[in-house]
Amino acid sequence: MAPGESVEVRGTDRHLGLHLTTWARRQGHRVVGLTVTKGGASGARWQASERAGVPGPTVWEKAPRRWGLAARGALVEAGGPDLSVADLDSKAAVWSDLAPRLYAQAAAAQWDPATAIDWSISPALPDEVEAAVVQVMTYLIENEQAALMVPARFLGRIHPHYREVAQLLAVQTADEARHIEVFTRRALLVSGQLGVSGAGGRASLQSLLDETDFSIASFLLSVLGEGTFLHLLSFLERYAPDVVTAQVCHLALQDEARHVAFGLGHLEEQLRVEPALRPRLRMAMERRHDALASTSGLNDEVFDALVVLAARGWTPDAIGVGHDAVQRLQVDMDEGRRRRLTRLGFSPQEAAELSALHTRNFM
Amino acid sequence: MTANADSTRTAGSDVLLMGAVAYDPKVVTIWDGFRRWLIGHDLAVDYVLYSNYERQVEDLVAGRIHAAWNSPLAWVRARRLAAAHGATVSALVMRDTDQDLSSVVVVRADSPAHSAGDLTGCVVATGAIDSPQATLLPIDALRSAGLRVGEDLTIRRFDIGVGLHGDHIGGERAAARALMAGLVDGACMIDANHLAFTTEGILNPGATRIICQTEPFDHCNMTVIDSAPAALAARFGELLLAMDYSDPEVRPLLDLEGLTAWRPGRVSGYRALEQAVDNAGFYDAEGRICAAGYRP
Repeated sequence: MAPGESVEVRGTDRHLGLHLTTWARRQGHRVVGLTVTKGGASGARWQASERAGVPGPTVWEKAPRRWGLAARGALVEAGGPDLSVADLDSKAAVWSDLAPRLYAQAAAAQWDPATAIDWSISPALPDEVEAAVVQVMTYLIENEQAALMVPARFLGRIHPHYREVAQLLAVQTADEARHIEVFTRRALLVSGQLGVSGAGGRASLQSLLDETDFSIASFLLSVLGEGTFLHLLSFLERYAPDVVTAQVCHLALQDEARHVAFGLGHLEEQLRVEPALRPRLRMAMERRHDALASTSGLNDEVFDALVVLAARGWTPDAIGVGHDAVQRLQVDMDEGRRRRLTRLGFSPQEAAELSALHTRNFM
Repeated sequence: MTANADSTRTAGSDVLLMGAVAYDPKVVTIWDGFRRWLIGHDLAVDYVLYSNYERQVEDLVAGRIHAAWNSPLAWVRARRLAAAHGATVSALVMRDTDQDLSSVVVVRADSPAHSAGDLTGCVVATGAIDSPQATLLPIDALRSAGLRVGEDLTIRRFDIGVGLHGDHIGGERAAARALMAGLVDGACMIDANHLAFTTEGILNPGATRIICQTEPFDHCNMTVIDSAPAALAARFGELLLAMDYSDPEVRPLLDLEGLTAWRPGRVSGYRALEQAVDNAGFYDAEGRICAAGYRP
């Protein structure tokens, strides 16, 4: 109805006339008897309104803060407070065309820690092997804690226009929560004790938490850290001395692969429109390397535990085999990092140089 | 409480100073916002908040403020008090939602009462002593129907927010609850609150009947004293009338204040309240407070 047009209201409620009059007055309509003539206020409210983009996954280069928390594609009334917290409000800063698909995959791939792992199979391992598992789990828990906190901190800064990215990071955070749970549960399964936490490892993780730039954090955490962890988790699944350890590493590996895919996809797209980001990524690696130069990185207990697991025995020969396997693991990690750095447009030489700067703590 | 027009300093003439009663925290949001908007349109304006309408009216007539956002009862007193002091007040603007309101007296649907006269011997709940819409006007309507208040009819008053002239909804809500709890036979409320209480579930749909409705009356207005700087007051009125509901800056404030447009003030809608005030002996002809037990 246009302003000035009328409608006659009929009804049986004994208070219809009274209530119609009071309702219409509040809405700016006129009432005579039971005939309501539309006023201009309801239309005026929407005069300066605008659509917050389109509902589908076609996003704008820049999302205005005046859209607030409105759903993408909604008709937004003018006025109201600007969104004050979402400073990640450009496509270049956060978006990846992979995000909607990865989110759908992530949502479909959620697993229940209580049922996805057969906790009834209690490992019966030699004490030193069980201790190695506990130490590796203790190390993983600490690293996954960082992997939870980093995306969680950025989650609230992403403009809702890029909602699939926020949704993906939310699931990523939930993934890490599950990883922390299952690694903790495996660590405590037999001995009820945890291993040690080295100062060097914590220093390395702290440097991830200190990063406030989304792209750089994504680069350091997802591309380099979690990328390196793909090899570690794969190694642990392969050399796991018991079924539960193999299962928890396998499930975590699947999730981490998705995290790496988003980090790589987002940075590839961002670098296409913003090549100047590449030297900043390089500088971030160099800066982190310098900051961690005086720290020990991976503690000896974790390294030794990996050797013990890969040794599958306690003879000098077996330990030698285990040591070789861990050396190969580190070579594999380096190759993987160089491959991903090359995908991001670094030359093979640069990729090799940068990979060598990666934290000795792996994450 | 009496007006004291001579002993203290009056408002200056370079800034239009208006008063508003702080019946709710939102009053600060509303008048802060309006003030910012008016200053943005080159009107020097400021406001002061009062805890009750009586003090605001006295300060208006004393010239300590130029304008006052007044309840209908405050308008009645301001008019009388100003006249007694040889001054005049005018209604500059009012909200579109201030015009042609009514109050109702309701009973439970199963009540034997079907008209006002059937309330003889009954107890009727009202809002606060100084509520025009939930006490003075509906009681006067019952009086006009021939009931002698205090003799034919017992009033149970819910004195919540005394001094706020019924702006506090608590008294009316308590009256409605008392009706539904069977503690009283009838309850008085403004038409909009009958709808609001029905929406809130205090009055179940179909659970009440209206047995008396007042004639239409007007509610608040922006009252201006004749000693106010004329150019500032005129500009104040022009700017308020120019506020447009399509303007996203003022629309949230208009929503909070409950209007979609300002209208030129009129005083024709206060006749019934003038009469009710006289019949109740609430104020005298010079605007002195006479109501027994009224302590704002």
